[in-house]
Amino acid sequence: MAAKRSVIPFGPQHPVLPEPIHIDLVTEDEKVVEAIPSIGFVHRGLENLVTKKDFGEMVYVAERICGICSFGHGYGYVDAIEHIMNIEPTGRAKYIRTLLFELSRMHSHILWLGLMADAFGFESLFMETWKYREKVLDMLEAATGGRVIFSIMRIGGLRKDVPDDILSGFLPELDKIEEGIRACEKAFLSDPAVLGRLKGVGYLSKEDAVKLGCEGPFLRASGVARDNRMKGYAAYSDMDFDIITSDDGDSYGRCYVRIQEIYQSANIIRQCIEKMPKEGIYVPIKGFPNGEYMTIIEQPRGGACYYVHASGKKFIERMRVRTPTFANIPALAKTLQGCDVADVPILVVTIDPCISCTER
Amino acid sequence: MRISKSPWLLHYDGSSCNGCDIEVLAATTPRFDVERFGIINTGNPRHADIFLCTGGVNSQNQDVVRQIYDQMPDPKVVLACGICACDGGIFKDCYNILGGTDTVIPVDVYVPGCAVRPEALIDGVVKALKILDEKSEKMKRGEYRSLTSAEYAESLKKTDNKAEAAGMEEKDA
Ligand code: SF4
Repeated sequence: MAAKRSVIPFGPQHPVLPEPIHIDLVTEDEKVVEAIPSIGFVHRGLENLVTKKDFGEMVYVAERICGICSFGHGYGYVDAIEHIMNIEPTGRAKYIRTLLFELSRMHSHILWLGLMADAFGFESLFMETWKYREKVLDMLEAATGGRVIFSIMRIGGLRKDVPDDILSGFLPELDKIEEGIRACEKAFLSDPAVLGRLKGVGYLSKEDAVKLGCEGPFLRASGVARDNRMKGYAAYSDMDFDIITSDDGDSYGRCYVRIQEIYQSANIIRQCIEKMPKEGIYVPIKGFPNGEYMTIIEQPRGGACYYVHASGKKFIERMRVRTPTFANIPALAKTLQGCDVADVPILVVTIDPCISCTER
Repeated sequence: MRISKSPWLLHYDGSSCNGCDIEVLAATTPRFDVERFGIINTGNPRHADIFLCTGGVNSQNQDVVRQIYDQMPDPKVVLACGICACDGGIFKDCYNILGGTDTVIPVDVYVPGCAVRPEALIDGVVKALKILDEKSEKMKRGEYRSLTSAEYAESLKKTDNKAEAAGMEEKDA
């Protein structure tokens, strides 16, 4: 006899998520047979603000698309406008941007490790990882003055320079963070209780990952080597790094990829500090943007696209953002099919959902 | 200051950009550690005393905010965290933002900042604890009951002043 189907609502207010998303889980006994996501709880209509804020002010709005990857959002918008206006930022501006980008990636991935630990019920590990996240935030605060929203981006460069002595002070901090994360890594990747919750949970094959259009660490954990940083925007073309992938395709693989990316980011930051050019950080801009451009950058969660259409006026006509979480939701719905109800929170967290980016 | 109980807090993201949410979470972690006041971040509205709401209210989540507020037992305090929750902030002009948290439920403490810093948040929570104590004193004497969100909406129709609608006396700090 077939088991009775019932629908269990998950969210919008749920202990494991800091953000609201609602998923209807159609279950048979303990198994999920279908997951129907519904979104819209954080929709603000931010893209429409381009009609009310001029193109320079929009940088700060763009940063507030999401507070976790805020630097990247500001960067994506500024990059598009700079291409339209044919502005080439100075080398130092590019290097500092790359450095801040990687610091943001570190803080985002460490944050994710904490949320993951919380999702499988390892409270002390959550606290431990967030202890190291605070160190990253300290560096960001020293460099920009803000902890999560930086407002340091500006069309044509940066609003303020980061002095060299502050930059060289980052090096010992990076070592401390790496050491700390290596200690936490043991729990994530070799603790038998944790492995029981991660190994084989939410398997996604390489073919499916490509077919469903996944992005970022979620895609790389299924063995696909794709990373937009390889395109060499900002100063990435001068940096030496490899794409990190894993062939596991399950929650364990996603954990592995993100942990390795933390070390990778630390390495890129070291390279930035070492090669940092000495010059100005700002090239003045003239006139208003006219034209359109689409740029794609690698956010901590995957590739994000920014489209800007301007027509030579103070206010640009249209801005559009496509974020990685949006691309990962179909794959999430797929991995949820056939999983246990108890694994749902873990699976939702493994895509590193950022709902406020997705809904803007 | 004397803390008469261990208040539990509940956090809900209205339509924030996440900046304030992670700062709320950061306030519970070792650097800032609100847990030293016995404060625990709970996921269940029915166990919570303090409601931290981040972000403005939009048409989709207004019912969720109301429902969470109504589910919380008396006495309860509401903190609006971040400038978005105070009055809409940078998103005030967005077509889908109705306003701050106080457009749907009465707010006791406003904590500004974009993003709100954990220190400010702790300060806000400490203020909220005092209000919580006052409310429970009054409740013991049978003089006080929190407005439900429906009653608040009714009284908002009568006045523009949100503090007045929430039945709070104006106090000079
Ligand atoms: S106050 Fe600022 S950081 Fe907080 S939710 Fe609003 S825009 Fe984001």
